[in-house]
Amino acid sequence: MTWDAGRAQAIIDGLKHQDGATLPILHALQARFGHIPQEAVPLVAEALNLSRAEVHGVVSFYHDFKAKPPGRVTIRLCQAEACQSTGALDLGELVRDRFGIGFGGTTADGRVTLEPAYCLGLCACAPAGVIAGELHGRLDAEELTALIDEALG
Amino acid sequence: MTATLYVPADSGALAVGAERVAQALAATAAARGIEVQIVRNGSRGLYWLEPLVEVATPQGRLAYGPVKAGDVPGLFDAGFLDGGSHPLARGPTDAIPFLKSQTRLTFARVGITDPLSLADYRAQGGLRGLARALAMDPPAMVEEMVQSGLRGRGGAGFPTGIKWRTVAEAAGATKYIVCNADEGDSGTFSDRMIMEGDPFVLLEGMTIAGLATGAAQGFVYIRSEYPHAVRTMERAVALAREAGLLGANIEGSGHAFDITIRVGAGAYVCGEETALLESLEGKRGMVRAKPPLPAHHGLFGKPTVVNNVISLATVPIIFDRGAGFYRDFGLGRSRGTMPIQLAGNIRRGGLYETAFGITLGELVEDIGGGTASGRPVRAVQVGGPLGAYFPAGLFDTPFDYEAFTARDGLIGHGGIVVFDDRVDMLAQARFAMEFCAVESCGKCTPCRIGSTRGVEVLDRLRAGVAPDAQVALIEDLCQTLKFGSLCALGGFTPYPVLSALRHFPEDFHPAADAAAAA
Repeated sequence: MTWDAGRAQAIIDGLKHQDGATLPILHALQARFGHIPQEAVPLVAEALNLSRAEVHGVVSFYHDFKAKPPGRVTIRLCQAEACQSTGALDLGELVRDRFGIGFGGTTADGRVTLEPAYCLGLCACAPAGVIAGELHGRLDAEELTALIDEALG
Repeated sequence: MTATLYVPADSGALAVGAERVAQALAATAAARGIEVQIVRNGSRGLYWLEPLVEVATPQGRLAYGPVKAGDVPGLFDAGFLDGGSHPLARGPTDAIPFLKSQTRLTFARVGITDPLSLADYRAQGGLRGLARALAMDPPAMVEEMVQSGLRGRGGAGFPTGIKWRTVAEAAGATKYIVCNADEGDSGTFSDRMIMEGDPFVLLEGMTIAGLATGAAQGFVYIRSEYPHAVRTMERAVALAREAGLLGANIEGSGHAFDITIRVGAGAYVCGEETALLESLEGKRGMVRAKPPLPAHHGLFGKPTVVNNVISLATVPIIFDRGAGFYRDFGLGRSRGTMPIQLAGNIRRGGLYETAFGITLGELVEDIGGGTASGRPVRAVQVGGPLGAYFPAGLFDTPFDYEAFTARDGLIGHGGIVVFDDRVDMLAQARFAMEFCAVESCGKCTPCRIGSTRGVEVLDRLRAGVAPDAQVALIEDLCQTLKFGSLCALGGFTPYPVLSALRHFPEDFHPAADAAAAA
């Protein structure tokens, strides 16, 4: 989603009156733009009477807030203990090898972003992941590959 | 006659295909001219049977699972709407041993009701606790909580009633109830199940907490990894407002209480109560030093109750049945029930609510059925990423706060993750340090830097560089982390590391072993 200062300002104005509005605003901006555009930081700072450094500090603290837009398909694989116990690390390696990217990386053609998750709360249906926004449990190499193929179309 | 079917809309069920099953049931019924009503309930917590389809019959609800969309025509052919036999038939749901042997107090309605039906909620005992609370004065309400013996189910185990009393007695016109729904521990999902499966019980518990302490505003801080829980809770809040259960005049009592849902942003440390408060205030999730306690100086500097989802969701039954009823379950100083979560490489994984006192071995072997892989159990991690690894030799440990502490472990939020004999405990210890390094808020040096040094030490150990010196170093480093960190992230990371080292020493000398073998 391309930057639209008017749209961003409208989002900020709609939420800035809440107590502790920073996270709600950042979530809304990311939902609209796919990431937190650099241009948004001064607008948020101005609206909340914070310094740009403070807003940058919040954006950079949380794993969810991204500086760059994600690829077309995001593959999010849980790599936490319950999923480790059922082979999640091998699944991570499978995807890394297939696309030549590490966790947090996006392929050069912008098709795929690979993200780790540290628990999706699906620990009794491990290993788990989120592929193109859909939850999946009891994954194995074959099913994961098929799901990614399907998501890539 | 319209048949009633239940197909969970719980995330765990959806992750294994419940949506496709619900669609197939609706489509097949329509094609065959059969009228069915499909209720999207929460999960019963029998995750190895999910998607678990239930059919309402005059004999009670019958279970079929795990159902795939492709099984649906066969179920209709078998006459499952009348309890027809089928290879996936599990009999009456309530008679399934995993469920039958539980004591469901906090989870009384989860999986049974339509989570967003207030009529269901009332019909199944909901709001009786609130009704009783509204007839009491605030000090009596606080006393009821103290008497129940409930301890914080988030992990710290601090008596909930004492926390409430501190806030109730604190001066100030503005106070807050904050529900910690940042359930980040791997192996835990009970908060998620409550929020997705019985959201009104949490709203009721928070409302009672507000009445008891004089707070008129509540916040639920839900982790962003739980989008379904966020959606269900938002709808539940809207429904509760419409019904007058939240707002300026709850249940016509003249008391005001309202709740706002807030979403985290992927920081594990925000599950720590002071970091959570910072995050709610819109800041980086940096841990605060205590004192001052949040009960005195919490959200926006006001007296604040910070309770876990399970603690708050247990409040209604305590008020409904009385403190004595709840306190009579459990043993020692661990009163009531604990929703235990069996996870990882386990044959029967799921939610098992039971009175304190059951042993770890009973949970893993008898209830859980051992590993899913069929291989021997080698280690179980209890209490999340900051919990200790226990070998089978300690399976006689009763599930109880003090018993786990006595064995250098913790029950935390009640998650049990099972590993089979292929687990590499040095790798698990390294992961604990690495996780701490990634998730540290950075406030305390031992946690911020010590965790990275810990990874390096364990890497040298792996490489066989002066192994005895590395072991001494990691033990020393763990002492520094334990006593030099403000919160449990740095303070408890030594639990998985030192327990792995202590109970599985053979994994910590891989290079030496290789040399000996050669």
